[in-house]
Amino acid sequence: MSSRFLAAAATCTFAVAPVSAAQGLAAEPGGKLLLTRGISSLEGAGGGALTPWALITGNETDRGIGASGHYSYVTLEDFDIESLGGAVGFYDRFEVSYSRMTFDTREAGDALGLGEGFEFAQDIWGAKLRLAGDAVYGQDTWMPQVAVGAQFKRSKRDGLVQALGADQHEGVDVYASATKLFLAESLLANATLRYTKAHQTGLLGFGDEASVQPEVSLGYMLSRRLIVGGEYRFKPDELAFATEDNFFDVFGAYAVNSNLTLTAGYADLGSVALFDKQRGLYLSAQIGF
Amino acid sequence: MTKSAALFAALILPAAVCLAETPAGELPVDPYEISNDNAGADPFEGAAVFEAFNGEAGISRVVDDMVDRNLVDPRIKDIFAASDLARLRRTLKEQFCFILNGPCDYTGMDMKSSHADQGITNREFNALVENLQLAMNAEGVPFRAQNKLLAKLAPMQRDVVTR
Repeated sequence: MSSRFLAAAATCTFAVAPVSAAQGLAAEPGGKLLLTRGISSLEGAGGGALTPWALITGNETDRGIGASGHYSYVTLEDFDIESLGGAVGFYDRFEVSYSRMTFDTREAGDALGLGEGFEFAQDIWGAKLRLAGDAVYGQDTWMPQVAVGAQFKRSKRDGLVQALGADQHEGVDVYASATKLFLAESLLANATLRYTKAHQTGLLGFGDEASVQPEVSLGYMLSRRLIVGGEYRFKPDELAFATEDNFFDVFGAYAVNSNLTLTAGYADLGSVALFDKQRGLYLSAQIGF
Repeated sequence: MTKSAALFAALILPAAVCLAETPAGELPVDPYEISNDNAGADPFEGAAVFEAFNGEAGISRVVDDMVDRNLVDPRIKDIFAASDLARLRRTLKEQFCFILNGPCDYTGMDMKSSHADQGITNREFNALVENLQLAMNAEGVPFRAQNKLLAKLAPMQRDVVTR
């Protein structure tokens, strides 16, 4: 009986070939689903356009290292904002990023006494650690994917931003983000809380008053390649010489393939450096590996 | 065969049960307790999503197309190369049909047991999801209905991915 059972069991075994064992951990190619690495925010973190999300950038899964690079451009009524940067994602767990964010005053620079085409720029180094949850697979739970991050920012206009009322030309934002894909509803939601002293994200320096500001994003997936949505980012208003408004945008992000995501949108940044109603087209290209 | 009868047979005559229950064209498997609980998700209520998949015929086409895509996908074809494809197609069709609240029972193994020895990674899991999305697109399943099924399957990642 027992030998007969063993023989039968052997023929019954569901034979399965082992997966290629040659793939090393770091060498494993990217495997995230389309759009689930997010796009790149102006400040360089993986996320939406204006706010970081808890998703980790790059196409890597928990067994690899991935990366992304981006160029984003916002053309407003009187100003342009550019962002150029790159980020590395480690094991879908940890992200480091760098972004150079440039604020071009165009003709308004003259009116501000700075000279036409005067640019404010800042370097932003970011790090983000995913703490818990899974935005994509956790569809049977309300637990979102949660991450915490920090952005170290340094204005390239040390001295001038102080003359305009800032206390420092550098500072650190700290944030926590929760991102959840409500797949059955084709919805993506993110909420971020940011502890910051930055004036206009840091482009105009940093104050000595810190505050906690919420940022929210909502997206609706139209296909596995296309998501449309909007973001609202609350901001402090601590600069004496000019009012600072909250940011708002609507966007559509399209994954051309697993390596290229193109995003277009409309951003309303409100009053910036004495110029009201700064609104206009947002464009971004992101490559990912 | 009732559950208790199956269990009795499994205890007394494992080889015989295994062979007797093997559908034509499939390889025998070790006996296990058959239950819809093995499907790994509760079925939908109502018929809307089942109809969006064009019923049993549509589900059958989606599964066949997905399996065909998996077999030529360099990311995951090795996993399927040695599988009993007849059994795989049948049990997947049963599973999808059951979860979509169609008139089917799931007779396959639970997700943990059926994937225990396969060493599947997240990258491979996602590759299958992509192939399923392409198969659902080919069947003309509306994106929203696709996502409703994917939302049921997504948590199975915890049982399927072991590496």
